[in-house]
Order: sequence, then structure tokens, then C-alpha cells
Amino acid sequence: MTKIGVITFPGTLDDADAARAVSSAGADAVALWHADADLRGVDAVVVPGGFSYGDYLRCGAIARFAPVMGEVIAGASKGMPVLGICNGFQILCEAGLLPGALLRNAKLHFVCRDQWLRVDNTETAWTSRFDRDAEILVPLKNIDGRYIADKSTVDRLEGEGRVVFRYVHGNPNGSVNDIAGVCSANGRVVGLMPHPEHAIATLTGPSDDGLDLFRSVLDAVVNP
Amino acid sequence: MARVVVDVMPKPEILDPQGQAVANALPRLGFTGVGSVRQGKHFELEVDDDVDDATLARIAETFLVNPVIEEWVVRRVTP
Repeated sequence: MTKIGVITFPGTLDDADAARAVSSAGADAVALWHADADLRGVDAVVVPGGFSYGDYLRCGAIARFAPVMGEVIAGASKGMPVLGICNGFQILCEAGLLPGALLRNAKLHFVCRDQWLRVDNTETAWTSRFDRDAEILVPLKNIDGRYIADKSTVDRLEGEGRVVFRYVHGNPNGSVNDIAGVCSANGRVVGLMPHPEHAIATLTGPSDDGLDLFRSVLDAVVNP
Repeated sequence: MARVVVDVMPKPEILDPQGQAVANALPRLGFTGVGSVRQGKHFELEVDDDVDDATLARIAETFLVNPVIEEWVVRRVTP
């Protein structure tokens, strides 16, 4: 069975839901610990949301140097799929695996709501099961979710189709070009602020739209 | 021991809503004449005398600062 690691840092909140999403998609969820430089043989890694290290210094700035992240960076360089959600997205940006940065929301409010997204890139390791331009509804909950990068970087991301998810029906936080999620040049590393792991069943979430991220990666590790 | 100060500011082109909120609060508090406010960070490091400038620059650039969004100045302060 495909093994997908879910990292827990001090202050991580959403590791349990991420592991549940992995299991629901039909993979084996493997708990990874921030202090262990060991990926335990997983085929892909989810960096879940929360407030790693209390968001001290900058969101993700300290987590980026955790022993497990050295292994994640090494794995990503060999094509291992990595998904960063919310704080996980911030960590991947701080680690240099994804371009740009996440800043305080434009209106300074913590935003907690169900958010519509459009899937703009269905070629990544984490979005192949979606239809192009599909609109999905997943929870969003953060105060530091405003995506920013310099203009040349944004132009490059747009030109290369590396904006994976875009906010639709309202930009919640002032992100440039309504960007909700981006990917690495090879499409193996994806990060987004909204929480697909909270939208895997209508009993507990606004939809089950998020499940297809975790199903997509099953294809990606079988067909790298 | 020497004291080193690292001042960090959001790049000028980056929207700083926290600074704007401070600026917007000032007139409500009766303070007039402040055109704008930008909010940054100030670090004070106590370092051994053998820590050289290149090391300090690396501490700032690789950890204290995110060069994507911030600019910074490192300076030694006379004790």
C-alpha cells in the first residue's frame, strides 16, 4: 500500500485530519516527527496546518529547519510528492521548495469560512484527479494567508501554469492574482492555504472535494 | 561580548496592513500629522567577540529575515 507521511511539529493542529484524509483516499498514513531526520520509507509527505513553533519569528521560519525537513527537501529534489497545507504551505515557502511568501491578511482579520477555489492546474502530483477549472469548496482558516511574490515571480508562475488553486467568488485575504496555491516547476510539490483535508466527507466538512488531492497522489507515486 | 542589532522592515512595495492600522488609529487617539506608519522588527543579539561580520550577515539572511518580503540592516552597537 502507498505510504504517505504526515509531519507533526510542536504546534501542528491538523495532522490527525490529514492522516484521516490519507486513509480515506486508500493509502497508509505514516506519522512523522519533526525531530527525526527520518521519512520512514514513505512515498509522499503531507506538511499539515497549525502554528508550528507558535509562529515565532515568521510562520514556518523555525519549522523549516527541523530535522525532518532536511529529509523532505532531499526527497523533493528527487521528485517525491510533497503537499503543504496552510502552515505547511508557509513552511514549504520558507524552505525554498515553493516560491513566494504568506503575509498577514490584508484586512488583518482571522478568516474562517468555507471557500470556493478553482483548480487551474490538473497536471500536478496532487491535482490529477480533478477536472480542469473545477470549482471546489473547502474550509479556509488563517490570519497569515496573503500570498505574495515579486512581479517577475508571479509572471513566471502564471506563464508556466504553476498557479494550482485560485480563490473564486471573493478573494479572502488580498493574495496577489487571487492565488490560493502554487506548485514547484516539476509539479511534485504543491502548497495551498485552504484545507482540503477538512473536506473529505459531507458529515464533517462542506464537501468531499478535498479527497481528490489525496487520491491524485496515489497515481503520482505509481506513475512518477 | 558585543551587541548586534538587526532591523527588519517589509520591502517598500509590500502592503503593510499592520502599519496602516496603527496609522489609522492615531487620529482617533488625537494624534494628528502622522502621514503613514510601517511596522518592522528589531533584534538585539549578544554575540562573542569572535563572531565575524560574514557570520552575522548569514544569521540575518538565512534565518532572521525572509529576503522575499523583507529588507534588513545589521549593525554592531558599541556597548
